[in-house]
This record gives sequence, C-alpha cells and structure tokens, in this order.
Amino acid sequence: MAGSFAKVMSGRTTGLLMASLGASAVATGYLLSDTVAADEKRKLYPPSADFPDLRKHNNCMASALTPAIYAKLRDKLTPNNWSLDQCIQTGVDNPGHPFIKTVGMVAGDEESYEVFAEIFDPVIKDRHNGYDPKIMKHPTDLDASKITSGMFDENYVLSSRVRTGRSIRGLSLPPACSRAERREVERVVVQALAGLKEDLAGRYYSLTEMTEQEQQRLIDDHFLFDKPVSPLLTCAFMARDWPDARGIWHNNEKTFLIWINEEDHTRVISMEKGGNMKRVFERFCRGLKQVETLIQERGWEFMWNEHLGYVLTCPSNLGTGLRAGVHVRLPKLSKDPRFSKILDNLRLQKRGTGGVDTAAVGDTFDISNLDRLGKSEVELVQLVVDGVNYLIECEKKLEKGQDIKIPAPIQQFKK
Amino acid sequence: MLQVDAIMPFGNTHNQLKMNYSAEQEYPDLTKHNNHMAKVLTPEMYANLRDKQTPSGFTLDDVIQTGVDNPGHPFIMTVGCVAGDEETYDVFKDLLDPVIEDRHGGYKPSDKHKTDLNPDNLKGGDDLDPNYVLSSRVRTGRSIRGFCLPPHCSRGERRGIESLSVEALGALGGDLKGKYYALKDMTDDEQQQLIDDHFLFDKPVSPLLLASGMARDWPDARGIWHNNNKTFLVWVNEEDHLRVISMQKGGNMKEVFNRFCTGLTKIEELFKAKGHEFMWNEHLGYVLTCPSNLGTGLRGGVHVKLPNVSKHEKFGEILKRLRLQKRGTGGVDTAAVGGVFDISNADRLGFSEVELVQMVVDGVKLLVEMEKRLEAGQSIDGLMPEQK
Repeated sequence: MAGSFAKVMSGRTTGLLMASLGASAVATGYLLSDTVAADEKRKLYPPSADFPDLRKHNNCMASALTPAIYAKLRDKLTPNNWSLDQCIQTGVDNPGHPFIKTVGMVAGDEESYEVFAEIFDPVIKDRHNGYDPKIMKHPTDLDASKITSGMFDENYVLSSRVRTGRSIRGLSLPPACSRAERREVERVVVQALAGLKEDLAGRYYSLTEMTEQEQQRLIDDHFLFDKPVSPLLTCAFMARDWPDARGIWHNNEKTFLIWINEEDHTRVISMEKGGNMKRVFERFCRGLKQVETLIQERGWEFMWNEHLGYVLTCPSNLGTGLRAGVHVRLPKLSKDPRFSKILDNLRLQKRGTGGVDTAAVGDTFDISNLDRLGKSEVELVQLVVDGVNYLIECEKKLEKGQDIKIPAPIQQFKK
Repeated sequence: MLQVDAIMPFGNTHNQLKMNYSAEQEYPDLTKHNNHMAKVLTPEMYANLRDKQTPSGFTLDDVIQTGVDNPGHPFIMTVGCVAGDEETYDVFKDLLDPVIEDRHGGYKPSDKHKTDLNPDNLKGGDDLDPNYVLSSRVRTGRSIRGFCLPPHCSRGERRGIESLSVEALGALGGDLKGKYYALKDMTDDEQQQLIDDHFLFDKPVSPLLLASGMARDWPDARGIWHNNNKTFLVWVNEEDHLRVISMQKGGNMKEVFNRFCTGLTKIEELFKAKGHEFMWNEHLGYVLTCPSNLGTGLRGGVHVKLPNVSKHEKFGEILKRLRLQKRGTGGVDTAAVGGVFDISNADRLGFSEVELVQMVVDGVKLLVEMEKRLEAGQSIDGLMPEQK
C-alpha cells in the first residue's frame, strides 16, 4: 500500500509543477500533467474501490448497476465530458423508499443514453414495462385530430392538462450544462416563442428579472415554479446557478405555458378549466409543432431518436415525456376497494391535486397516464380519455346504486 | 463516437467545453450576491482563471459553485468558495488570496503563519470559574496530503481516508483509547448514545455545504471516533477529512487544550509512520476545505453564563476588542438559551493555536469578572479591555 501511495505523491508533485507554470502551460500541458496524475489515480483506485454501496437502496439504478458494469463504464466520458458517476450521483445519494421506486439516474446530455447504454437500457426496461431500446422503436404521433370522445362530463372533470418536455439538440441537459449553455437554451427558446401568434401569442418572464407583482400573479395562476427542493433533483446538480436563465413563458390566454431550464430544457404545458381534453391536446400539438418549426428556422432541433423518442433528463420521461391528466371528482369510486385495480388496468395513475407526491383533497383526484415510452402521444391521450370516461361511468353507476366492473388490463405496447 | 478517458472517477471535467463559450457568456450573475467570492471575482479574473484546473481536475467553477448558488445574507458575509484539493489554493490564488485577506483581517500573500501546539505555552486556563463556565472545547480540522477534499473526492478516496484514519486512531492508547462508529454500520443503540452525548453529526442540510458537493454518497465512509472517556472526538469525512475535538464539562481549558495538542500530535505521528502527512504550509498553516478555517482551523470556546454582561450595551464592543465571537449553544447559526453563550475565538489564521486559546482563556476570565461585577450592581467601565 505504502509503495503505491508514494507513487501518487510523486505524480502530484509533477502535477503541481505543471500547474504552477502558468495559464498557457496548463492549457497546452494539460494533457501531460493530467496523464501522470490521472494514471496514478486510476491504478490506485480501481473501479471496485469506487463502486457505490447500494445495499440499502431501492431505485432502478441500484437494481441494475453491477460492479462489472461500473468497471466497464467508470472511465468513459460523453463528448461533453459527462461521466457515469455524475449520472448516478442522485441515485447514490437518495436510497429511495421501500414503496416508491425512483429512477436513480439522469442524463447529462443526449449522448449519455448511448455511452452509458449498458446501465441506461436495463433502467429503461425496468421503468418502462420491459421496453428494450436496443430492438424496439417508439412511435411519435402528434395528430390531435385522431382523438375521439375527448370531451368530458364537466360535472365531474374540473380541468384538463397535457404536459411534456423538449430538449435542444447540441446543448447539455440541466444536470451538466454550463451557465453559458443554459443561457443559450433560454435564448433559443425565448426567441422561438416570440414567433408564436394569435391564440398562442404570449410573453416571457425571466426568474431573475421578475417584478414582485409579476411573481405574485404567476403564483396565483399556479404557473410559477420554484427552485427545486427535492433532493432527487438537487443531488443531480439541476439547481446550480439558480435562478440564472430560468423563466416562464405563457400565452395571453393562459392556456399554453412553457418552463425554461427547470428539470428539462423546456417543459410544455397545455391546460384549461373544464373537460375539453381534445382541445387541450390540439393546442398542445399545434404549439409544439410551431415551436419546433421556429427553432428549426434558426438551425436548431429537438433531441429525438427512433428508439428513445424525445430525449429528456430523466429516463422516466423518455418517449413522449407526456403526462395527460384531469382533475376529476370521484367521491364514490375513490372509496370503492376496486379503485386502485381499475386504475392499474386502465394504465392510469392517481395523484393529489398538488401534483406528484401530494395527497388528494376532498374527492378530487389528478388522474393521468402511467406510461411514457412505447406508446405514441395520441395513444396515451386516447387512453386517458377512454379511461377517465370509464371512471366517470363507474361513478355514475355507483351513484345509481348499480354495480361496476373492473376492466380488462390494457396491453402494454406492441412488441 | 468520441470517447475521452476520464480524468477522475468524479469531477467536473466539463471545463474544456466551456472554453467554446466566451468568458462573458459563462460569467455568473453575482449582482444580488453578498459573499467574499462575489466581492472579489471580477469578469477579468474569471476570464483569466477559467481555463485552469488543479492536477486532480478541480476547476474555477467548482471552487465558486457554492458561492454562486448561495447569494448570502445582507448581514452575514459567507466565504462563497471552497477548495477541492491542496493545490486549489495555489492554482486559484488570484481569487483565494484576496478572499483570504478579506476574511482573515488583512492577511497578506506574503505573511507567514505560526503553528504552536505546545500546551505548556498556555498561561493559566485551569481556573475558569465553573459556576459560570459550564464546558470547554477546542476543535480543529486536518486534511491528509495527497487526497482530494470533501467537495471533490471520489468514493474510493473517501474510503481511503476513512480506513487510514481508523487505523491511526485505533493505535491511540491511554486516556485516548477509543472506538470508531461508521455512520452506515451504526446500530440504533449506538446512534442514540451518540446523540445523547451530543457527538453525532448528521448529513449536512446547509445549502452552503450541499452546493459544494460535500454531501455526496452520504453516509459512505463517514463516521465518528471517540475515546472511552468521551473527551476526545474525531469526525471523519464531514466537512473536512478530519475534525478533531477535545471537550469536557467545566472550565479547565488548560486540560482540554493539553489533550487537544497531545492527541493531535500523536495522530500526526501515527499518520507519518504510514507515509502520510497533513496538508500544511508556512503561509496558510493547516489547509482545510473552507478558506475560513485556514491557519489553525481552531475554534476554542466555552459555554458560559453571561446573563448580565450579554445585555450590556457594550457587549458587542467588548467581544470585538477581545477578538471573541458569540454563538448560541447549538453552535453556529443558533441563538443563546437562558443567558448561556458559546464564546470562542474569532480568528483562525495569523495567530498560533496557543495564542488563540490564550485569547479565549483571558477573555472569558474577564467576561466572568464583568458578570460578577454586574451581578453585584457594580460598574464594569474600569474593566473595558484594549483592542487586541
């Protein structure tokens, strides 16, 4: 042991010498000094010395990461110099919950999913019901005209909403981006949004420049997002430099909203009171396509590929990144012991009306699709439409004292 | 697919690509900031330093991230930067020297710091009135040369630091003989005992620490060692490689300091026997993660009852002249409870350990004297100290 430590010390001395030679020497001698210190470090700390202790962990990364995979990937970097350790840091720092299986890793850039495929693929499979990125293809379909029966009974459905995310190809993702890259994302997106017209015309509110009144109004509209407090996000380096280059854009009608540089480059939200999910989705698709056209005019595009669909920071949001949902009153059904099973079979998820990790207030639930990857946007929204209609039918039956049926489980995706 | 070998298992190796953007595009927005880093880091300085790295790959942005993420407080001036390794203080001295100067009362790059851990040089300190002085404590930190510091170290390095430390501490004997409790292997009973003894440290919650990357991989390779007498305590891999604490009830600061020096010296010998030394140089003294702890890294203090003095209008001025600082009995950022204050030295760098503990001993003696006078309804005007 002492022998190899002595080697490190001499390596360090060389490095120190290099560092003290001045800026230009460091820049050009960078690789030289690095090789000595880096080689010593690698020999001194084989991957086994760095393998995280995941024995108390319950997340997708911890389930999939073996010492062999770690050894193979530890010294690799994406073209943006993002490493495996940086991908998994959030999962190491957050062991998870016995009942809730979090993902436990993030991408730093588009290439992360490729360079670290050996760990991302099993995580994606685990999270997305067996979807295999190596062999399967993800369908993208933003043709809202295909939606049928997309108007809910407004005695039950209070509001409808569809959200997704989009990443700008060529720029690092929130865990990894430098300040300049993040500002570039803001610039590119805000410039594009300024080109939206008519019912989509709107305004950008930068978090750093917002006035007190603007801030209060955005809070009252439930539009404002705050610096993340969840350790799942802060441990993934997403809150660095807050609130630099973060902001909110929304149209004048307050039905189309975009978050910039929160957990993803952009989060795109279409919403309105009432039950017209078809119109919400129609605006969603139209807005997304227009934004895409506007950025393409300037030589940019969204991160997308035929296996993973739209590429986002968290593997849980790959594919469509889409969560379509409603706030719906289900006083009788929610008390029925079959409620959870019905939701499961319909591939739906319930949340409180405060969003993820909140409890339902009264009898009003946030009901949305569980899946993100392997089904298209149209398929998922139709699934929500059909599912919520079914839930309302059940509620009405229970009101009349009639019995309800648990529906047959929906097939996961076409293999 | 271009693949470049990693510089470190962990590190912000992102630096080269940031050079594709101009310094102006990368420069942080510090307009709302109030910390030492923000006061010093001009756009020009940022431009000059941003292409540098330490040999282990620590960059300027790594140094300043905590200061960018934590704008600070209008009244409290935080440091706003950390070191990732020993070389940080050299590679980024254009930034850190002025920060150090500002934080440590004008300490210049050419100044030399004196280390004195000879407890015989302390005069008195064994006679602080235990009716007022409830407990006495001295703490410092030590970093092991050759390893990266908590903001930057890999899991392998952190574990290396832990196993070296546990080995060294395991060789202590006599009244220093003790036991190590790894945070991740602790039983519930052990944990409760350590909480009851006020020894247990928790995962940092302060955003100042979290934003610098110090809490990564918690609780891996973190732990607490203490002697059987519960008077000598070492924290492993919290905010520094080692935090060393000597403490006991009552006012015998001399005994506390004796044990502190003896223990530290022994630990240093044990490390040297295995081919390791502490990070130290004659300019900065002991090198620690936060620039505020350079030099001695020493905070020597007491919990002392000062219900009357603390209400005196000149209390702040007295402390300032004595070069002392007050805190609540919960430590930094807490309030005093029941007139009991934590009184300790304000300085860390530019004075030796003996000098700092002497200031505490002399200063607390004076404060207790003042307290007694005020209790008796007498004035303390005649006791006002000169500025040290």
